[in-house]
Amino acid sequence: MKLHEYQSKQLFAQRGIPILKGKVASTAAEARDIAVELGGRAVIKAQVLVGGRGKAGGVKVAKDAQQAEEYAAQILAMNIKGLPVRKVLVDQAAEIKTEIYLGITNDRAAKCPVVIASMAGGVEIEQVAKESPEKVIREHVNPFLRLRDYQVRNVAAGIGLPHEHWKAFGEIAAALYQTYWDTDATLAEINPLVINGANQLLALDGKIVLDDNALFEHPDLAEMRDLDEEAAAETEARKYGLSYVKLDGEIGCMVNGAGLAMATMDIISHFGGTPANFLDVGGGASSEKVAAALRIILSDKNVKAVLFNIFGGITRCDEVARGILKALDEVPTGVPMVVRLVGTNEAEGRKLLAEAKMITATSLADAAQKAVAAAKNK
Amino acid sequence: MSILVNKDTRVMVQGITGREGTFHATQMLAYGTKVVAGMTPGKGGEWACEGKVPVFDTCKSAVDSTGANCALIYVPARFAADAMFEAADAGVPLIVCITEGVPVQDMMRVRNYLDQKGAKLIGPNCPGLLTPDEAKVGIIPGYIARPGSVGIVARSGTLTYEVIYALTQSGMGQSTCVGIGGDPVKGLNFIDVLAMFEEDPQTDRIVMIGEIGGNDEEKAAEFIADHLTKPVVAFIAGQTAPPGKRMGHAGAIVEGGSGLASDKVKALEQARVKVAQYPEQIPGLLA
Repeated sequence: MKLHEYQSKQLFAQRGIPILKGKVASTAAEARDIAVELGGRAVIKAQVLVGGRGKAGGVKVAKDAQQAEEYAAQILAMNIKGLPVRKVLVDQAAEIKTEIYLGITNDRAAKCPVVIASMAGGVEIEQVAKESPEKVIREHVNPFLRLRDYQVRNVAAGIGLPHEHWKAFGEIAAALYQTYWDTDATLAEINPLVINGANQLLALDGKIVLDDNALFEHPDLAEMRDLDEEAAAETEARKYGLSYVKLDGEIGCMVNGAGLAMATMDIISHFGGTPANFLDVGGGASSEKVAAALRIILSDKNVKAVLFNIFGGITRCDEVARGILKALDEVPTGVPMVVRLVGTNEAEGRKLLAEAKMITATSLADAAQKAVAAAKNK
Repeated sequence: MSILVNKDTRVMVQGITGREGTFHATQMLAYGTKVVAGMTPGKGGEWACEGKVPVFDTCKSAVDSTGANCALIYVPARFAADAMFEAADAGVPLIVCITEGVPVQDMMRVRNYLDQKGAKLIGPNCPGLLTPDEAKVGIIPGYIARPGSVGIVARSGTLTYEVIYALTQSGMGQSTCVGIGGDPVKGLNFIDVLAMFEEDPQTDRIVMIGEIGGNDEEKAAEFIADHLTKPVVAFIAGQTAPPGKRMGHAGAIVEGGSGLASDKVKALEQARVKVAQYPEQIPGLLA
């Protein structure tokens, strides 16, 4: 789960990382009032959960409150990479001398946290790492020892930070690690961490991505989820414990297991169709869950056929078939359904579904081809 | 021969009195697996699975009394790290964690500690291990498998079943099926398991099932090119997955341009691994 810049910077500030004064506005008039409070000159920044908003024109410096209002109105009317801008952050403007990158993330290969830093801040770190890897310094952290002072010095020395800034940098790095660890983040990033005209270090931007698996430990953070930023169907799916991702295609998919669900999308595409979604209905696949999943899939108006791909390992296929039939009773639809049921009691399961006039298939390839054909004829 | 588990493996099930634990322990017993102990704090002295398995309060007492040499974990995510630490502390050399949803920071500490203890971990968020007709340690349905010479290692559960099923239908049995799990920080990885299959005399061919996220498949490709003599067939799920979206598994995400299925396929093909476009092509590519 991604947090907005303003949310991330609040969490940073709570742990002592210096940030600029600023507030969130959802109207141009609010933005103007905030700019007045800040003394007129202000930066207006779109709050959307995608990167590249600066390039898209979502960040602007206003010279006075009047201009802040104009810019806020423009930005609030924008769509950035398909996401409408609903909020802007109005921050004090800073004079920037140097832009540093400082981030902490999980290194999945090294199986530990890694601090990443560079004097080439203000741009995407992946790009810096690709173009000039020598400018990126990495320091791995033992999860039991946590980030030690000497490691912060390794980082400061590695990026060539002037000595006069080491103390402030050390405090910010320690606080950033604390934020990362306390929130069970998978990424806590300050980009840029700037040296301003008064020679002070300031976090100008902030980004935190939380581990969805750890949200049960952080109800306060879970509440920060911005439901406006995801498809309504994804919110609905989460309520039922379903894993759903909306895509742009025409064939709805209901599959048990994440890997098999991805493979099902791939095979649809292999046979010339387009998947409308990823959906892992999970083990067991009770009729309630199947019904909820079917409602969610059909709420997407692009869907012209639905492919059920269920591998009944522990669960019995006849039970799954009854679940599907019950779900169809609750969610009447004219969209053609192709079902592939494999595993325990598959013959009984297929018989039940064939009686209900569903298109059945035995192999994955057969099922995908039938679904692609059904979507084309629709 | 086989890898990791066989008919002599003595399994302790952590969380055996829970719904999942009881169900799967019963299935394992029916398959012929030696389930020698159960462990649920506060239920020591009881018997599980219709009186067939003694339950202990602690891993240490279970291991001391029964000589269990493999721990299988079915506890809820919030208790999973503690269960893994406890099993390792009791000296169990092989720990299999089925639990899904374990926080990554927990897993970083678990891996660090288990490595120090010299304990091998499979999972978490995995279907476990199956050596056909010898031992089922986890939730892989036993009836779809047959003993044979194909080793399987996979990040995904149901996709593993799909491949086992397709192989069995084509008359190809399996030596051992290893579900390593879909989390970003986990126990044994492709490379570790590939090395075991290379050493195992029963295994003569290997199927590797990867998916988007991370670069374990690329590393495996390099390892295969340098160290493997046995043929490997691979499948990578998630060709059509959009970047920046987590596809069910915690580890299945394309981030910052890395973790793409196409890069993995390319790396494997460069290592002269045949890559299937969908699972049902695998038996044909192995033949």
